[in-house]
Amino acid sequence: MQVNNEFKPLIVAFCCNWCSYAGADLAGNNRLNYPAEVKIIRVPCSCRVNPMFILRAFQRGADGVILCGCHPGDCHYTSGNYYTRRRMAMLFSMLDYLGIERDRTRVEWVSAAEGAKFAATMNDFVEKVTALGPNKRLEDLRCKK
Amino acid sequence: MQKVTASQLIDRAAALLADGTVRAVLGWKKGEFDYDITPAVFESEEELKASFVFNDFCGANVSKYLVRHTKKIDGKILVFLKPCDTYSFNQLLTEHRFDREKVYAVAIPCQGMADIDRVKAISGDGIVAIDCGETIRVTTLYSEAPVSVNLADVLEERCANCKSKKHVAYDELIGEEGEVLDSARFDEVARLEAMTPDERFAFWQNELSRCIRCNACRDVCPACTCEKCVFDNPQSGVENKAPANEFEEKMFHIIRAFHVAGRCTDCGECSRVCPQNIPLHLLNRKFIKDMNECYGEYQAGAEVGTLAPLVDYTLDDPEATDVLTRRDCDA
Amino acid sequence: MRKCALEKMNDVFAAIASAKTLYLPVDGTDGNAVYTKWEDGVEWSEQLNTVRSPKDFFFPQTEDLMAFKTEGKSIEIIDIRKEAEDFVIFGVRACDVRSFDILDRVFLSEPVDSFYASRREHGIIVSLACSRPSETCFCGTFGIDATAPAGDVTAWKTADAVYFEANTDKGETLLNEIEALTEETSDEAVRVQQEKTKTILAKLPLAGLKTDAFGGGKTKEFFDHPAWEELSQTCLGCGTCTFVCPTCQCYDIKEFNTGSGVVRYRCWDSCMYSEFTRMAHGNNRLTQKERFRQRFMHKLVYYPENNDGLFSCVGCGRCLSKCPISMNIVKVMKTIGGNAE
Repeated sequence: MQVNNEFKPLIVAFCCNWCSYAGADLAGNNRLNYPAEVKIIRVPCSCRVNPMFILRAFQRGADGVILCGCHPGDCHYTSGNYYTRRRMAMLFSMLDYLGIERDRTRVEWVSAAEGAKFAATMNDFVEKVTALGPNKRLEDLRCKK
Repeated sequence: MQKVTASQLIDRAAALLADGTVRAVLGWKKGEFDYDITPAVFESEEELKASFVFNDFCGANVSKYLVRHTKKIDGKILVFLKPCDTYSFNQLLTEHRFDREKVYAVAIPCQGMADIDRVKAISGDGIVAIDCGETIRVTTLYSEAPVSVNLADVLEERCANCKSKKHVAYDELIGEEGEVLDSARFDEVARLEAMTPDERFAFWQNELSRCIRCNACRDVCPACTCEKCVFDNPQSGVENKAPANEFEEKMFHIIRAFHVAGRCTDCGECSRVCPQNIPLHLLNRKFIKDMNECYGEYQAGAEVGTLAPLVDYTLDDPEATDVLTRRDCDA
Repeated sequence: MRKCALEKMNDVFAAIASAKTLYLPVDGTDGNAVYTKWEDGVEWSEQLNTVRSPKDFFFPQTEDLMAFKTEGKSIEIIDIRKEAEDFVIFGVRACDVRSFDILDRVFLSEPVDSFYASRREHGIIVSLACSRPSETCFCGTFGIDATAPAGDVTAWKTADAVYFEANTDKGETLLNEIEALTEETSDEAVRVQQEKTKTILAKLPLAGLKTDAFGGGKTKEFFDHPAWEELSQTCLGCGTCTFVCPTCQCYDIKEFNTGSGVVRYRCWDSCMYSEFTRMAHGNNRLTQKERFRQRFMHKLVYYPENNDGLFSCVGCGRCLSKCPISMNIVKVMKTIGGNAE
């Protein structure tokens, strides 16, 4: 195992195919920097994200999980992100209730035209998670090398 | 409020069996002692007379059995429902889990059910008989005279915080109807919410670490009626028969509570059956409290056919961040 | 027989714990007693028994067996076994002590389960006689004397003292280690307690329960008994009875992909579960009736058939008090065994 004095968090970003995934692309095209620790998983709609996905990401070593979808009103499937909004609000509130740090989870609406917002969001999220340090409260020790 | 007696219920059930209205009766059966009651199906007056019981220990919510037993029995099945059971009954109907036409629902009042552990804390162990009259009189091997216990002192947690004495569904009511109550059921959730994250983490770590994954909470839950649970399905990738570590304990309980969020009527069966006394209702109530506060008051099972908060939305719902920080300014 | 005053027991625990890990029943925050590692300040529970049985010490709910690591086309097998150190389990009741005999016959017969065997070798059992049995107790049905439990050392607790007697060499050694804290005494106080307890045992509600109807060779008699349907009709199919049972010993072997390798582990399984013994063709027990029947037939017929008539129930009463629907082995025995004495 590599010895790193500086903690670099592993971030899983679930990105909607129709907006934020393209937003990430735009950020790249515009040569905007955001940390390489952000691993993007493309989903057909933010609503595809089952709460289990979030927990599994933490189990498999994520230190923070962010979910990006279309702005409310702009869902490619009309209303998917409205369901996401309720679902994730409730899930994150439950994680908070169990004592999991709030800043490890986030929902952000990023459109395909918002490359700059995507990069800024990721930079900010990574900074917050870095400040928290490694995920200890939702970790599965078997998955740690 | 007058307690209904077992003989009242037996007589009514026997009459409905005799006139052919129903073919079977879903109720509670006597055990070895006076408190170990088993939900059971009765098909004749003789069976009812031999072992049907209704006393302060009939906490079991039998509504979920309708899913299994309405399919088995040709004709109608009579089911006895306490007020909180009627909410589960409606919720099951909302989810089309059984055919309403095959059920004859008899509502019965409930004064709250006794928790045998709380009874034993007063009476001591070695119970040989319990007489459930106006007061509960417990005879034990170790006390000279029967010990009198007030029902109010030994109520199950869910009954001490009863949300409703009103029946929301039935074909027939025996006894008096009650009211929806103003209960203190969210106080404990609020107490936890007021703690620091570290304190909350320590609290849940202690509680959930006792989980043995017997799945009783899931199996008894009237909202858990999936034919195949994700946790039993080897193809799901998350199947596990035992919690291998703290993560799996948390994952199971978060997902279990989330899966019933919006559909949970807060009947409290999960906490009643937990062999390890984990306060599982505090997870369910957290979701109920959050949804009430963020999306408007909603009581699952109060009516048939309503949309649960998580399968509904409005254009101006609060964002996840707002939900998390909504109480921060209070401090 | 050795004796130690009750108020000096903490010194005894400290002495044992100085050399070995000591576990004893302690009241948990939820009110249930649970076997807990002794440390200064930990208090010995007054309760009759724990909810989780002490089988966990020898047969834990989950246990890693080995790990695999692949690199290219080679596969490396890693032995991740941790050598067990000596430990003492204090305060095991007579019923639970018998459960170890039942587990031994499964795990220590060929092929010997080396994980279990190692723990058994390292474990020292100090049993504790009962003086206030509960209504759910029926160990007498299986010929267990609650007033004289087996184990390496037997202990009796009276109002003011704890009495010890060694039954094995291991037990003898343990008592020698705490010799300075105990004194030699007659067994008078113990005999008085035993007599008193025996009169209570005789009055227990389940004292008359008999096993005569059951045993090896009764498969045909009971397999198609019509009562299974009724007995199992409201069974939830949860695993509470199996997991609190001191004698249930079924397990599943599973693998977990850690992302960088694979861990093979075993965990308790329950015959009440729909996935129990699932095979390529599917499951051979399709309904809860069959799963329910399996559990009780195993305890009352199949196990004794293979183990010289020994039943794999010890009458601890855990399933009686913990089953969500209060269905249990006593009700099964009375219903299908026809002894409603």
